[in-house]
Amino acid sequence: MTVGHETRPAAPPAPAGTGRVRHSLGAIGRATFLAMVAGFFALPLLWLATAPFDAHPTITASVPEFTLRNFRSLLDNPYALGSLANSVIQSAGSAVLVVGLAALAAYALSRVRVPGRDALLYCLLLLSSVVTGTAAMVPIFELATRLNLIDTHLGVILTLTGGLLPAAIFILKDFMDATPTSYEESARVFGAGPLQILWHIVVPVVRPGLATIGVWAVASVWGSFLTPFILLRDPEKSPGAVILYTLYTEGGSPKLDLISTFSLLYSLPVVLMYVFVSRKYGFRFHGGIKR
Amino acid sequence: MSTDAAGLGRGRAVGFMVPALVLIGVFLVFPALWTIYLGLTDFRLTGLAAADPKFVGAENYTAALGDERFHTSLWLTVQFVLGSAVIGQAGLGFAIAWALRDRSGPVRRVVEGLVLLAWILPSSVVAFLWIALLDGDQGTLNALLRTDGFAWLLDHPMASIVLFNTWRGTAFSMMLYGAALESVPPSHLETARLAGASAFQQLRDVVFPRIRGHMLTNLLLISLWTFNDFTAFQLTAGGPEGRSEILPVYIYNVALNGGKLGFGAAVSFLVLLINLVLALVYLRLLRGRRGVAA
Amino acid sequence: MRPARMLTALAAATLALAACGSEGSSSGSGDDNTLTITANAISGGKNAATADWTKNWLIPKFQEAQKAKGRNVQVTFQPNGVDDEQYKTKIALDLKSKAGADIIDLDGIWVGEFAQAGYIKPLNEAAGPEVDKWEGWSQIPEAVQGLGAFEDKKYGLPQGTDGRVLFYNKKLFAKAGLPADWQPKSWQEIIDAGTALKKAGVPTPLQIDAGTAMGEATTMQGALPLLVGTGSEIFADGKWAGGSQAVKDVLGFYRQIFTAGLAEPRLQQEAKGRDKSFQQFADGKIGVLAEGDYFWRSVIEPKAGVAPMQDREDTVGYALIPAKQPGAGVRGQDFVSMSGGAVRVLNPNSKNPKLAWELLAFMHSAEATKEGLIGEARITSRTDVNDEVLKDNPMLDFVAQKVLPITSYRPGLAVYPQVSVALQEATADIVSGKSVEEAAAAYDKKVADLVGPENVTR
Repeated sequence: MTVGHETRPAAPPAPAGTGRVRHSLGAIGRATFLAMVAGFFALPLLWLATAPFDAHPTITASVPEFTLRNFRSLLDNPYALGSLANSVIQSAGSAVLVVGLAALAAYALSRVRVPGRDALLYCLLLLSSVVTGTAAMVPIFELATRLNLIDTHLGVILTLTGGLLPAAIFILKDFMDATPTSYEESARVFGAGPLQILWHIVVPVVRPGLATIGVWAVASVWGSFLTPFILLRDPEKSPGAVILYTLYTEGGSPKLDLISTFSLLYSLPVVLMYVFVSRKYGFRFHGGIKR
Repeated sequence: MSTDAAGLGRGRAVGFMVPALVLIGVFLVFPALWTIYLGLTDFRLTGLAAADPKFVGAENYTAALGDERFHTSLWLTVQFVLGSAVIGQAGLGFAIAWALRDRSGPVRRVVEGLVLLAWILPSSVVAFLWIALLDGDQGTLNALLRTDGFAWLLDHPMASIVLFNTWRGTAFSMMLYGAALESVPPSHLETARLAGASAFQQLRDVVFPRIRGHMLTNLLLISLWTFNDFTAFQLTAGGPEGRSEILPVYIYNVALNGGKLGFGAAVSFLVLLINLVLALVYLRLLRGRRGVAA
Repeated sequence: MRPARMLTALAAATLALAACGSEGSSSGSGDDNTLTITANAISGGKNAATADWTKNWLIPKFQEAQKAKGRNVQVTFQPNGVDDEQYKTKIALDLKSKAGADIIDLDGIWVGEFAQAGYIKPLNEAAGPEVDKWEGWSQIPEAVQGLGAFEDKKYGLPQGTDGRVLFYNKKLFAKAGLPADWQPKSWQEIIDAGTALKKAGVPTPLQIDAGTAMGEATTMQGALPLLVGTGSEIFADGKWAGGSQAVKDVLGFYRQIFTAGLAEPRLQQEAKGRDKSFQQFADGKIGVLAEGDYFWRSVIEPKAGVAPMQDREDTVGYALIPAKQPGAGVRGQDFVSMSGGAVRVLNPNSKNPKLAWELLAFMHSAEATKEGLIGEARITSRTDVNDEVLKDNPMLDFVAQKVLPITSYRPGLAVYPQVSVALQEATADIVSGKSVEEAAAAYDKKVADLVGPENVTR
């Protein structure tokens, strides 16, 4: 788990003989390492690939007694599919707000000297950890009650966005800091306004970053249980995370046939979104212009 | 980088920040301060203390600091953060980014895809996956290693959740370092290599000075997130005998299961202070020569 | 000006969302003739039968009956499906902010702490004197009424109750030379059976829930039934049981079964140990398992159980939980049990308390109670209904006839959950190999800290 010496760069150094040995050793080492990484990350996913298709799923991943019956019984659940639509509304709403507002704020923070901005950002980041903790649910609930946000998608979106924004600004500011300002200067010479500069010049450069923050926000909201559970009343508005928790018995035992199947359906949209975003916009931190 | 290239000016810069700040103010700072205030009371959700919460000053804090279970829990959390965030996520994330830096094609896509999948799956699903992997009687891992009946989660609860959280969060570090490595000019590495520098020397002399700033950002964020991560609860419930009771689990077990929300809020604030100290340590360690990186 | 337009659009979208947000937010008692019911039950998930009954039978029937009286009543159901603790949190938050449904499902054990917090009021204060005239009271046994009572006031109507017994696997018993109609008369006889099972090669002879990972199941299925078997109760005469001889006896029994290898410590420590123990019982790997009748109805139930046993009727037997020795139990009993159950309360903030009471009384009428049992027999609070429906279900009839007369209930006080956790931790100490003295001393200290040393019996 340390920085592996086997990941030696693969390029021929000066002395030919030892160099080739070093080279091939390095290549083998690197391939082994990458295979191990792939194995480590793939192994836990087995259960998700087998259990939904198993007639009698247990907590063990095993070769299934193949059936699609679990999917049919899941379709009988009146809330399962609708909850995924709710997850889409809530996570897309939050992601749009997070990306939009964080990009504006990060740009301003990156380009204009505000005294103590790093300290301020980090304080907000620390506070966000208090609010995502379970101890904050009373204040959050009372706040939502007073703002008339109980049982609304908007309440869930705003609350979760508030918690995600500091980290999003923090990361995006790093991005903006890393983009050169020369284009902006020339655009300004040609009379473009700050919003135009942001939209036409900065956004294209940091687009992979925005995409990453968007996916991150969607994934965080997609997995959130406590906030939507406390703020929503109508099951027709509950997201997948809340509905997943309903698939237990009166005594708290998981109904594994439904849970595994729903887990699979519930995970798919996030995975598809990632594939789509990474195809379309690239998916990584920084990018675009190399220096 | 504070050159006002786009000609924002103070006024418009503030205008850009206002929407985010308003949202943060209302939905983050306000409830957070309220929570911190609750930490000074004996507030509970039900029972007599719910009807009439009393101001108890620092009582919750002295109670927490005097609680042996809190000390154990703090120590376990430090291990958890060091093991799974600093060594696990940041270390493995860097190693993957380094191994993939000049690769493209299917290998890169498969490895990156798998690592990212672990990151974006919902946490309740992920917990089931890991229980299926590590279960003592019929777990997938035991089946593979032919170590039937070896109860990983019971005999090595901390190692299990450290490994779990490494799996869960490496993607973030991998992406961040992947991007950071692109800012290292290949020609510099080439030069170093031609001069006979070993891989370690190349990393130390050419790479690290350039990505110091990214390391700082990465460590700050992942440490904070790991400090507050609750997913491990679903694997071990803090057990057996509290041997994996990290702080978020401690708060849940002690404060929320028993309904002592005031106490829980106080411990949350203590966690915030610890994170602040940690941040200052990171800054000290990494900031000194940040100028070189830019 | 694309960027400006984008900003305007974003702002407009936010406003639009906000508008539809504030519109749909009244979460219950709005107009004069609307009522809301909430429960930890949801169609297709947890307690689905209750949810389906509420939506498909109760609400249409009630609205129809009201219509006949010339009133147009709108009843909605707010389902939930989560851990009990999380449901409790949500209900408490609702009541704290003076909102929430008109009729609320609560675990009987929460009544005390909700009453102390001022969240709920006695039924006759909330809805008036007609509460006391209700026909149903005469059908609900005194002890069961106690589920919804706190300090001698009735806060809620009990829905039903349950009882704890020892389930055993007759096939394994036959292998060990034990009788098919087993009924132990003392703790020693449980241990003897366990020893015989162990000799016969049964992997886990006994499963009495212990430790903290099982949560309240440890207290309800293990520690408390054992404690009443010593003649002592967790809360009696205003005082809590500390590290008394009775508690030491309970811990001693645990220590005996774990040190003799009659029970599996790991099952008690795993996060999902209880689910696993169910699976192992169904797989014929556990000889004796202490559980509530829920285990029979929902776990090993052949069709829809979580660990179904096709041969449940033939293979699984059930016996009363014995006291330590005959006559040593609470109230001098030979056998003991613990019971719990859910109740329904009225929200004191209801805009329509009289109508809400009408609905609540209707929900607890014999007709509605019987209808609520479709497909799944369980023990209701009403004697008239039980007499009729339990005839065909020997197991539940056994609980109703033999267990309920000797059962005990938990104290509904806010501090109880914490005492319960302390008790769980004491059993966890035993599981991990600590001595009885050590575990009892640690428990005693925790209880004294919680309730004050003057409120502890030793």
